[in-house]
Amino acid sequence: MNDSFLAELSGAKKKFRNTVALDGLDLQVRTGELFAVLGPNGTGKTTAISLLLGLQQPDAGTARLFGKSPHLVETRRQVGVMMQEVSLAPELRVREQIDLVASYYPAPLTPDAAMELTNTTPLAGRPYGKLSGGQKRQVQFAMAIVGQPKLLFLDEPTVGLDVQARERMWVTLRKLVDNGASIVLTTHYLEEAEALADRVAVLAKGRVIASGTVNDMRALVVRKRINCSTTLTVEEVAAWPGVETATADKQRLLITVSNAESVLRRLLAADQNLRELEVRSAGLAEAFVELTQETKS
Amino acid sequence: MTAISMEAGSAPTREDSTRDSSMSAARLFRAYLTEAKYETVRMLRTPAFAIPFLGLPALLYLLFGVVIFGAAIRNDAQAGLFIFAAFALFGVMGPGIFGFGMVVASEREHGLLTLKRALPMPPPAYLVAKLLMAVMFAVIVMATMFAVLPLSQLKLTVGQFFAAAAVSILGALPFCAIGLFIGVLTNSRSAPAFVNIIYQVMMHLSGLFYPLPKFLRAIAPIWPTYHLQQLFFTAIGLPSQGSAITHVAVLVTLTFVLTVFAVRRLALKG
Repeated sequence: MNDSFLAELSGAKKKFRNTVALDGLDLQVRTGELFAVLGPNGTGKTTAISLLLGLQQPDAGTARLFGKSPHLVETRRQVGVMMQEVSLAPELRVREQIDLVASYYPAPLTPDAAMELTNTTPLAGRPYGKLSGGQKRQVQFAMAIVGQPKLLFLDEPTVGLDVQARERMWVTLRKLVDNGASIVLTTHYLEEAEALADRVAVLAKGRVIASGTVNDMRALVVRKRINCSTTLTVEEVAAWPGVETATADKQRLLITVSNAESVLRRLLAADQNLRELEVRSAGLAEAFVELTQETKS
Repeated sequence: MTAISMEAGSAPTREDSTRDSSMSAARLFRAYLTEAKYETVRMLRTPAFAIPFLGLPALLYLLFGVVIFGAAIRNDAQAGLFIFAAFALFGVMGPGIFGFGMVVASEREHGLLTLKRALPMPPPAYLVAKLLMAVMFAVIVMATMFAVLPLSQLKLTVGQFFAAAAVSILGALPFCAIGLFIGVLTNSRSAPAFVNIIYQVMMHLSGLFYPLPKFLRAIAPIWPTYHLQQLFFTAIGLPSQGSAITHVAVLVTLTFVLTVFAVRRLALKG
């Protein structure tokens, strides 16, 4: 156990009846980073956060927050939280909700400052129950940051937000990290992790199957995608060594390859009229699908 | 304390990265106070909760104690005080048992309690706030009851007035504990049924509204409402059964046992 990590799970196991949620999970959150936890539904992302916040006890292994037990309220005073499923009191107005959470912290922002940072000022006087789903998420975000926490846990924070609101939240998150906060973010949106994360962990079946920077993740998957306009047929190309898959889309051929260079040489030699050639690395989305599928098989 | 520089559109800057996570006593007190304030505010803003609990006891007392039986009560002060006790206790029980029972069950189920457990809310603040809300409602109920009392030509001495206020307001606490107990064991769909059954059974089988037949009178002491009623009778000078110490002991023990059970379960399971 290393005290320099802000939050750490070591060999954490958690079972719910017959379902294994976490199977010896190791996670570390470092100072000043935005750490994204990726994985399909039911891979244990929310359970991992629950252990780190002291909401559940691991069956085996340990959960530490700032080197201490997450059950201590003193420890959690350094933490802000945005949970995935929560119904707040609908009768309270937005400023009141934020004021209530601010009262839990030693040196919070004013509710007005938190609303300004999260673009929720126009909602200040509205009853929470009258807000749209996206507006509720923005208010929950204001509640997460109002205590000026050193570490923020955001569980799927941008679900239900429109594109503009999502981008505004991304900007605020980056500002918070630039000013010294650390953030743990779980997300379905791969572009969110690609745009924001300093480090990514991919979870499958309650374990980390890959972790590192976004580029590390991409590099883990060596496959490349070739897209071109050619007279060659799918059947012809699919039989070549190094070709994983080949599909036709109108006049274009989409080829996934494990060895781009040799396939490219052969393509160019076989079709002198080949046009509109594109070669690209798999994005995080492809890497993610590939990594999680490998675990399933 | 951390100094924050806020510029338009910029995130706050920490000047002290090793900020202390301890809370001053004043801020801790403010956390409790804020929790209690907003718990009361939200209940007052829920008409389905506030109107029946705040308005009904005095209205029903006016109906039965003044309009229907007013003439009879003028000749029988004891009967008048019995009706007064019935509606006063009916009023102070409700906010506790419903406020805890249904609200805790719903907040457990819909994630609000989980969020509060994840946030650095002082752990007792959740229950203390609901308790203060129930006490606040009991104070308002008793204020309305005392306000309509003169209309039925009944009078209490200053001592009786304060004793009745103290018994009824503190008497809200065991019902908070019963509500809490129901709230931690049920969900938002089943809680209203359990709360209503227990509330109704306790009121009617303890003889709150009318004298019980002999066989029911014998088992009335199993209901906390019976013990509170006897204490209230003593406070307003009506003849009562059993010793005040026994009644207090039963109510305190019940409150303690149910609260300890519920608090432990909330801490472990949420």
